[in-house]
Amino acid sequence: MDKILTAIFTPAFLFSVIRVSTPLILGSMAALICNRGGMLHIAFEGIMLSAAFFGMLISALTQNVLLGIIGAILGGLLISMMLGYFNLVLNSDKTLTGIALNTFASAGTIFALYLLVQDKGTSNSLPSLTVPNIAIPIIKDIPILGEIISGHNLLTYIAFITVFLTYIIIFRTPLGLRIRTVGENPNAAASVGINVLKVRFITLAISAVIASLAGAYMSMGYLSWFSRDMIAGRGFMSIAAQNLGAALPLPSLLASLAFGAVTALANVLQTLNMPSEIIQAMPYVATLIGLGVFGYVGKVSNRKRSKAVLGSAKMREGGNA
Amino acid sequence: MNRNIEKQFQILRTLLAVAIAIAVAFTIICFISDNPIETIKSFVLGPLTSKRKIGNIITNLTPMLFVGAGVCLIFSANQTNMAVEGGFFVGAMFASVVATCVKLPTGIHVIACLIAGGIAGAMACLIPAFLFVKFNAKPVVSSIMVNNMCLFVALFVINHLIRDPAAGFLASYKFAKTSRIGEMIPGTGIHYGILIGITVLIITFLYLNKSKAGYEIRTVGRNVEFARYSGINVNSVIIKAQLLGGILAGMGGAVEVLGMYKRFQYQSLTNHGFDGIMIGIMANYNPKMLPLAALFLAYIRAGADSMQRTSDVPVELANIMIAVIVIMIVAEKFLYKMKHKRIVAAAQKKLEEKEAA
Amino acid sequence: MEQNILVMENITKVYSNGFVANKNVNFSIHEGEIHALVGENGAGKSTLMKILFGSEKPDEGRILLRGQEIHIDNPTVAINYGIGMVHQHFMLVPSLTVADNLVIGMEPKKNGLYDVAKAEEIAREVSEKYNFKVDSKTRVRDLSVGMKQKVEILKALVRGAKILILDEPTAVLTPQETKELFVELKHLKEQGYTVVFISHKLNEVKELCDRITVLRAGKTIGTKEIENVTEQDISRMMVGRDVRLDIDKNKAVPKETVLKVSHVNKVNSLGKQVLNDVSFHIPRGVILGIAGVEGNGQSEISEIIAGMDQNFVGNVMVNGKETRNMTVRQLRENGVAHISEDRMTYGIVGDGSIAENMISDRYYKKEFQKGVLLNQKKIDNLVNDLIGRFNVKCDGKDQPIRMLSGGNMQKVVAAREFTSKADLIVANQPTRGIDIGASMFLRNKLVELRDAGAAILLISADLSEVMDVSDRLIVMNEGKISAYFEDASQVTEEEMGLYMLGIKQMTPDEIRRASSDE
Repeated sequence: MDKILTAIFTPAFLFSVIRVSTPLILGSMAALICNRGGMLHIAFEGIMLSAAFFGMLISALTQNVLLGIIGAILGGLLISMMLGYFNLVLNSDKTLTGIALNTFASAGTIFALYLLVQDKGTSNSLPSLTVPNIAIPIIKDIPILGEIISGHNLLTYIAFITVFLTYIIIFRTPLGLRIRTVGENPNAAASVGINVLKVRFITLAISAVIASLAGAYMSMGYLSWFSRDMIAGRGFMSIAAQNLGAALPLPSLLASLAFGAVTALANVLQTLNMPSEIIQAMPYVATLIGLGVFGYVGKVSNRKRSKAVLGSAKMREGGNA
Repeated sequence: MNRNIEKQFQILRTLLAVAIAIAVAFTIICFISDNPIETIKSFVLGPLTSKRKIGNIITNLTPMLFVGAGVCLIFSANQTNMAVEGGFFVGAMFASVVATCVKLPTGIHVIACLIAGGIAGAMACLIPAFLFVKFNAKPVVSSIMVNNMCLFVALFVINHLIRDPAAGFLASYKFAKTSRIGEMIPGTGIHYGILIGITVLIITFLYLNKSKAGYEIRTVGRNVEFARYSGINVNSVIIKAQLLGGILAGMGGAVEVLGMYKRFQYQSLTNHGFDGIMIGIMANYNPKMLPLAALFLAYIRAGADSMQRTSDVPVELANIMIAVIVIMIVAEKFLYKMKHKRIVAAAQKKLEEKEAA
Repeated sequence: MEQNILVMENITKVYSNGFVANKNVNFSIHEGEIHALVGENGAGKSTLMKILFGSEKPDEGRILLRGQEIHIDNPTVAINYGIGMVHQHFMLVPSLTVADNLVIGMEPKKNGLYDVAKAEEIAREVSEKYNFKVDSKTRVRDLSVGMKQKVEILKALVRGAKILILDEPTAVLTPQETKELFVELKHLKEQGYTVVFISHKLNEVKELCDRITVLRAGKTIGTKEIENVTEQDISRMMVGRDVRLDIDKNKAVPKETVLKVSHVNKVNSLGKQVLNDVSFHIPRGVILGIAGVEGNGQSEISEIIAGMDQNFVGNVMVNGKETRNMTVRQLRENGVAHISEDRMTYGIVGDGSIAENMISDRYYKKEFQKGVLLNQKKIDNLVNDLIGRFNVKCDGKDQPIRMLSGGNMQKVVAAREFTSKADLIVANQPTRGIDIGASMFLRNKLVELRDAGAAILLISADLSEVMDVSDRLIVMNEGKISAYFEDASQVTEEEMGLYMLGIKQMTPDEIRRASSDE
């Protein structure tokens, strides 16, 4: 137990929390924007995977990190626009299409990987690039704090900036107002002349760009290669995180960090001779518990509300009698 | 009349989706293969070139029947519970534990393994079901978490409790001979699991389409409000469908490991659950159509396998194809305009006939 | 002042299912007046206003604004012409603030960002200008219904509306809120705005409006100065019936009581009291009709009796058993059948076959089982028999029900609900939106069932139906029973109108007769 505590209360642990949380932070912001626009879907897994692959590929081909990131974004947009087309234009079920697109992305990336390197596991043999780590001037020299928040991958800092940007986009721009209107009451949006279909596509696109950054981080930061199915449920955990965060940026960030902390803890415990399988399951169990708690809280508050209504009914009856 | 047009179009839509997927596959092959003709030949005919390969189609298909039947039950109740993937995996694990640690006579041992697998699969699928009924948490996300959890729990059991250090790789002890499902046709790899699978599928068909419980499941899935209005206990039906679906998925895992392997040696999720979901969607959750969908997937998988051996095109092509098909099948408005025109034309014709008469 | 700002001439609208909603309707309004548009449900008010607001296109006729012919293709065009509409279902976004809601679609910007301060300023300005007390920073979901309505009105005004259409604005308001609304509307009138006020409540119309136009069955009955008509006159113009239904029935022979409803009260989720001390009973062999303008508590009482809503105060007994804690299945086994007014949501499962729809209340019974499976043969026989007896026009029992016409769908529903040997049949709007042939068929079935000993509760907005099919009548207004008639055949529609529209109200003693089973 002591060992665990000493392992947790170190700057290195908090550093790793931030590191493993990065894709969840980006993913939850992507999911949040979709949720606000009434377009929450489950293809984030596929979007991230496709982005991770194309990021790796383009950076290896061009030897340019920026082009790699752009490639990742295009890779993510490809999946999300397919979802948009089939769901919004051809009226298909969002969830079933999402399942199929995730399969499509998984198989497609392995397929292409094999063609490239004759290996279905990883892209190790390709000279892909990583996004650089950044040492923040001044802060890096502060003891402890510097160790925790300096020296992260550039995309990690972008993730935190994205939280702020998400807040701005959703709550401080005319577009955000329209996204929320379309999400909550499409009829109201249409009645004041807003093009609902267009706003929905924009919602999908913005969210896909953010999710793609999460994918890029996986193959160009967290790891320096692409490996098959490397997203490993992070797309779904992102959805859960923004659920727990009630589709608000800051709470969703905190939920992502909480999931990240469990993962980081699992990584620490693994070095301490605990059975690694049980530990690896921890983040998923934590997510399940989170979903349950969130649902329970929602249910209780609903019941309270309806009880209040019933109560006033009784009161009025008393008044009549 | 309209009904016939609708049916025709459903078939046409599925066929067209399949055709498009095949066209996509051939195009890809033409682009990347040095010898496209040979590759396509190997893809299309490869699975039929030897007894062993024909056997492969059947062994591919066997677990799909179980999981697909489970998916029919779960998705017919309109529950998007994907924990069949994890259910399959823990089912295989539980069965392996019973197959390695318990001594039972031949036959009974297999049954015990299947029961164990079924129980494990049910537990996996019930977690999202309960989270939904009790806490209103949608099964879509929770079931994916359950899948990952199942993976690690199963690996823990295999690696720590029944691992065979002498195996030379991460694997369980050898299954007891009494627990193995024997080969049915020598030299093909086809095992008796296919018979169990067909039986399970027939039972599922009868249950879902011909029994009162099946009627309840389908009614709840199509219109919950109507089900409630008619007096059906919606929550219990939702739980029941997922319980049974989980049992089938877990049994599928058991049959697969006992029929195909001597030890449990998976190290990652096997995708059998998602295969089941894909063919379930293709068959429109109707167990009657499921064998066709399963055969199709098993065949293109065997074809892709044979292609990978003789050329440079990887087997994942099969999954790409199935994804393309599903994407198009669930697109309601795919061919909608054409269908609409046909319906309007039919209505007009009817009207004219009436006027003429 | 006395100049027509807007004229609708010879408007005819036929819906694609052949229903004639407006037939040569003429409607004109003066600048700066409050003009009441009244009529029964289905008289064509909503269609007429939808045409004016651009959400429906007329088949014939033209619209003149200040003498100029205009074409209103969609709501945006209407807004540009200065026509604003306040819908019954608010077009608001609950999680946004009042200010946000007012400026959606025309957001003020500063440096590319949404200028919240400016939006709030706009909101403050308009609410001050029109004397609407609304806090611009409050979220709409935290507002009362009355406040939400004010936001809707302001939303139209911000967009430059000069003519405001209010679709039954007081239906959801408390009396206090209604009073406030009237003050504000009069204030708007003083500032030169024109208001079209759609309502059923004649006392409100009398109090607020300058002129009144009455529609009935898709036609204009007339336009009058409000001072020159009494509420009774309006009621006579509004409530009438086109046909006396030819129902072949003998006098009812009441037997023992099946349904007893005692002191039922309900407050809905918006906090409005929708049922107020409702009590009545129905004996075997009697059809009790509930008449009333829609939205006066009829839906709520039928949902409660059918076991779909447990959230009420009071007591409902069927066959002597209290039903409050019964599941729907137990209730049905205790002899209740129910035709829901929302056919597509509750009445049928669209993707299911006709057979599947017909057996949903009895598939589990022993007689339909054969071993572990359903007895398909028996079910088929039953279904084929019902299709014949209820004259369902279809390609066969396996046809998906969504392919049938509305009338045939309802016959399938009736075939199920009328053959479950129920002691009590709750029929809520059983013939709404279906053809005359099917309607007459179902009405005669109800009488047959009565004669066979069932107690029947018939709720209908169709006055001819409820008056000619029922043996006894209740009229509901504002969640209360406003009248009870022991013999439906002795009531005139004029009398009904007075009670339906809240002009008259029987004494508690007179109404108590409804619940006393002698």
